[in-house]
Amino acid sequence: MRWGWQAIRLWTVLVYGFMFLPVAVVVLLSFNASQFGAFPMTGFSLRWFVELAQNDAIMRAFRTSIVLGLLTAAISTTLGVLASLALVRYRVPGANAISTLLIAPILVPEVVLAVALLLFLNFLGLHKSFALLLFGHVIFTLPFVILVVQARLIAIRRDVEEAAMSLGASPVQAFFQITLPLMLPAVLAGALFAFTISFDDITGTLFWKPGGVETVPTQIFAMLRNSISPEINALGTVMIVMTVGLPLLGAAIARHLARKSGT
Amino acid sequence: MSVEAREARQPWILLAPALSAVTLLLFVPLVFIVVYSFWLRSATGADLPGFHLDNWREALTDRFYRDILISTLRIAAITTLVCALMGYPAAYFIARSRGNKMILLLLLMLPFWISYIIRTMSWINILGVSGALNTLLLGIGVISEPLNMLYNEATVILGLVHFLLPFMVLNVFVSLDGIDTNLEDAANSLGATRWQAFLQVTLPLSLPGLAAGGLLCFVLGAGTYITPLVLGGPRDAMFANLVFEAIITQLNWPLGSALSLMLLVVLGVLVMIYNRYLGMAQLMKGLG
Repeated sequence: MRWGWQAIRLWTVLVYGFMFLPVAVVVLLSFNASQFGAFPMTGFSLRWFVELAQNDAIMRAFRTSIVLGLLTAAISTTLGVLASLALVRYRVPGANAISTLLIAPILVPEVVLAVALLLFLNFLGLHKSFALLLFGHVIFTLPFVILVVQARLIAIRRDVEEAAMSLGASPVQAFFQITLPLMLPAVLAGALFAFTISFDDITGTLFWKPGGVETVPTQIFAMLRNSISPEINALGTVMIVMTVGLPLLGAAIARHLARKSGT
Repeated sequence: MSVEAREARQPWILLAPALSAVTLLLFVPLVFIVVYSFWLRSATGADLPGFHLDNWREALTDRFYRDILISTLRIAAITTLVCALMGYPAAYFIARSRGNKMILLLLLMLPFWISYIIRTMSWINILGVSGALNTLLLGIGVISEPLNMLYNEATVILGLVHFLLPFMVLNVFVSLDGIDTNLEDAANSLGATRWQAFLQVTLPLSLPGLAAGGLLCFVLGAGTYITPLVLGGPRDAMFANLVFEAIITQLNWPLGSALSLMLLVVLGVLVMIYNRYLGMAQLMKGLG
């Protein structure tokens, strides 16, 4: 059986290789000095990152994506935290059905959600715009925020709050001085999740974005139409650093906060 | 108002914003496109409201749409099968390994944070005419001309597997991790070989995770249009590409509504069958 275990181990290594090798190649090629976005490597260079920074279209796309992501995270996290509090802290009749309703945006294929929202809001007079993009991003990040925040809220014990109130704190004081600090890691995790999902999205975004407005993923998509350039690889590297680095940073902050609050 | 009544009202105040968002931005729009799918597209100006069956007749009887629907389901099924074959042993290894479990899990979560469009286009660097594989094969002299490996159905499936594999591994891992390893030991001590113990004890117990992963892979795979656009050829369109074409390129919104609803019904039936037999709880475990 040791033989079987070794085979499984080798298989797992190959699976991890399959998942990470293509991404590693993107990062590797983004530092290639060659004119073309391809092998062979002709030397180490940062020129493609410099060109990215000087490319107006790409910088605009970055600004759009970041503003959109931040607004999405703010709205989605607010809605999600309130709903999670209700579901975890109160006995709501039909809580299961409500959970399913709130999770529904990820059970519907994103293409269908995109078409429905576009056509309905257009009917109401809201045409393709930044606002439509924001509504779309909020609705499909909301379920993820609720899943993440709910999972963490369950872990916060209610007795701490009750102890505060029995020591004379009002419910409002108890919430702001006890519950909210304890909840902060969950809120941050939810916000981070919403930001990253919004920042990465292309499926819905291509339906909702007005002409001329690009987010980073749609910008990459448009650039791919021509050919793969070294700039795309550099842009990919920046996105990987942002979307992988941010959660790691977030996790570090959350751990720091958790240690400070002594739980 | 009594204290109890206020207590009972509070959760609804907290739930109101999220519930109204989901209602106004998802449920009402879904009902709206059902209505819209019976409207008629007018060549000039606004679409004509009414009750016309033309879009549905076209969507349901045109061979072109049916063929693409079938090939979409085939591609999603192959993708799911490949994900299961690749992902199960890996999930088993992670669940049963000692020590480095956390690192393996963290690595497994990492692809969720790496942009889908980047992961999809990364295959062009590998399989393109001047990509890594051609460069390697030319370098060692196996081939003298670069091979055209991109832009066919196989690369679409490859891209989808690369995108969806983490969902499969994660779901199988969650269910394998919840199985008491004593069960396998007990089977062994009762005379079963390791392989028999796996087949008759562990595998059946992990089927819910496999089914949850499979459902996610299938539904997400069948609903994609970006992967075929980036990694497929002109003839590798999937059903969601038809929706995109109708809505964005042809501006035929009534037909686009009918086509989206077809996709929703086909995939919705699958989700409902799954829910009927296994329930949503398993799926949430893997997501949360």
